[in-house]
Amino acid sequence: MDLLLGAVVLGVLLGCFYAAVSVGLSVSFGLLDVPHVAHPAFLVLASYGVYQLNESYDIDPLLAGLALTPLFFLFGLLAYRVYYETFERRGSDAGVRGIAFFFGIAFIIEVLIILQFGVDQRSVTATYIGKSWRFGEFRIPIRQLVAFAVALALTVLLAVYLSKTFMGRAIRAVAQDEEALRLMGANPVRIKQFAFGIATAVLGIAGALLIIVAPVEPTLDRAYIGRTFCVVVMAGLGSISGTLIAAIILGVAESIVLTLFGASWAPAISFAMLLGVLAVRPQGLLGR
Amino acid sequence: MTKHRNSIVFWAGVAIFLAAVLMMTQMVRNEYPFFAGYVILQFIALAVAWSILGGYAGYVNFGTNAFFGIGVYTAVALFKATGAPLVVQIAAAAFVGMALGFGVGLLTLRMRGIFFSIATIALAIIIETFVMNWRFVGGAAGIQIQRPPVMAPFDSYVKMLFFVQAVMVVIAVSIARYIQNSRIGRGLQALRDDELAAECTGVPTLKLKLVACMISGALISAAGAPAAMYLQYADPSSAFNLSYSVSALAMALIGGTAHWIGPVLGAILLGSTQQLLAVTISSEVNVLVLGIMLVLFVVGAPKGIIGLLRPRYRLRAGGKP
Repeated sequence: MDLLLGAVVLGVLLGCFYAAVSVGLSVSFGLLDVPHVAHPAFLVLASYGVYQLNESYDIDPLLAGLALTPLFFLFGLLAYRVYYETFERRGSDAGVRGIAFFFGIAFIIEVLIILQFGVDQRSVTATYIGKSWRFGEFRIPIRQLVAFAVALALTVLLAVYLSKTFMGRAIRAVAQDEEALRLMGANPVRIKQFAFGIATAVLGIAGALLIIVAPVEPTLDRAYIGRTFCVVVMAGLGSISGTLIAAIILGVAESIVLTLFGASWAPAISFAMLLGVLAVRPQGLLGR
Repeated sequence: MTKHRNSIVFWAGVAIFLAAVLMMTQMVRNEYPFFAGYVILQFIALAVAWSILGGYAGYVNFGTNAFFGIGVYTAVALFKATGAPLVVQIAAAAFVGMALGFGVGLLTLRMRGIFFSIATIALAIIIETFVMNWRFVGGAAGIQIQRPPVMAPFDSYVKMLFFVQAVMVVIAVSIARYIQNSRIGRGLQALRDDELAAECTGVPTLKLKLVACMISGALISAAGAPAAMYLQYADPSSAFNLSYSVSALAMALIGGTAHWIGPVLGAILLGSTQQLLAVTISSEVNVLVLGIMLVLFVVGAPKGIIGLLRPRYRLRAGGKP
């Protein structure tokens, strides 16, 4: 019983972390409708950036992640520009080639990381990594708590930004009716580009959390394709509060299966849940 | 009349190709060309098979590795249990691949675009996880395969596999060619251009997609079946490697999917470049080249090599007069 309770607690912590790595996809795929399969690859790339900064200059991983956000913002602006010019503007056949485009980008990133860092696992050092708090029977690693707190803050901040600020509302408006926005004199493409930049910038912090929670390897993005898309689809496309709920459900499910059946089944859980959601309730928990 | 003449030219080409392959196995002493050639032939079969669903119908399947891995492990399990000969292994793999295609199709073919693509990745990982936990075929650690003695007229097993894979390329290409020219192919192209319009004009879209998914799956699994014999080894993470999915998709898109010759050209071009790079540089650089070529072609030459060679296809595949 205690074992199960511990699994649930760890699952909630893990779930908030999953929310942070998925929330950018919730904007780029959920709101902007871009088939962004390369989202997890950008995430792992951010982790390696954090690793490099931590390794060479001994910068705290969270600060390193924060330092990467402007770079990733620019990265996002550029990626959307290319996507827009080649697919959205020309219109036809955007589906097939757009998906193939991001799939190719993900693979290029993976190989570049392998060429630069090799296939071994990499991890960061910080004062809060390696220690844990003891609560009676079970222990909670402090790295998990740090990731949980930062992830929760990040997700809530982004939700507030999208619902309260002018730009945030513009982004949601462009997702709902692009034509209406154009008629009102706004430039929907620039708003979308900015939103894509934000969605990518968030990955700087999320990448730091990824490498704080556990060591990373170049092909880790493959497992996160399942996790991030599972969360975003389960949440209902574009719903930020749904993202948090869905991520916690996934975290708890993974944690319980891990405790009961062992680690060898872990990779399939998020994908199985994703298939289940797509088959049963494709519009997600809080779907439109 | 021209259609009839086309057929004669095609089958003459097939006969010449198979005769040349057979002659090569009898005359060339060095084994290396067969090692490299086998891989290129395997990629041609995969790219052509992928394009039946991905190219004609426009459903981007990321799960080539699931079908490939199922082919590998059907062969391995059958060989370990009964010692069945290669032909039986391949036939069984094709059958299992077809059954899987039917199941995958029923579950996912109602999904559009990215949802279908992600669902196929999901299936690949779920199946891989099952195989990893399956003790009989070695689990995550993999399994060694002892090749049976080679059959006449071949003097080495690799040469025989090379010939077998050449036959599979011929089968895959003739099926793809047949589909392209038949009602199935026209129906698939109609639903790719506008699924709703196709449905409204009476095209049985789901049935056609299911047929395409089953044929494509059967061919991919069959092409994967001899892989364990080729490597004398099988393990889940290489049998279900995502790079099979990227390769099949990239080769088909780079070659062009409006005509069956596209995937063949793409696979020959990229496959031989990769074999060359693998020898001279490294296997990582291979994948990098593949990825960069895929992105460049998708952005710069939407109709692939055949679109560059023959502007006619650019128009036809674009769906505009």
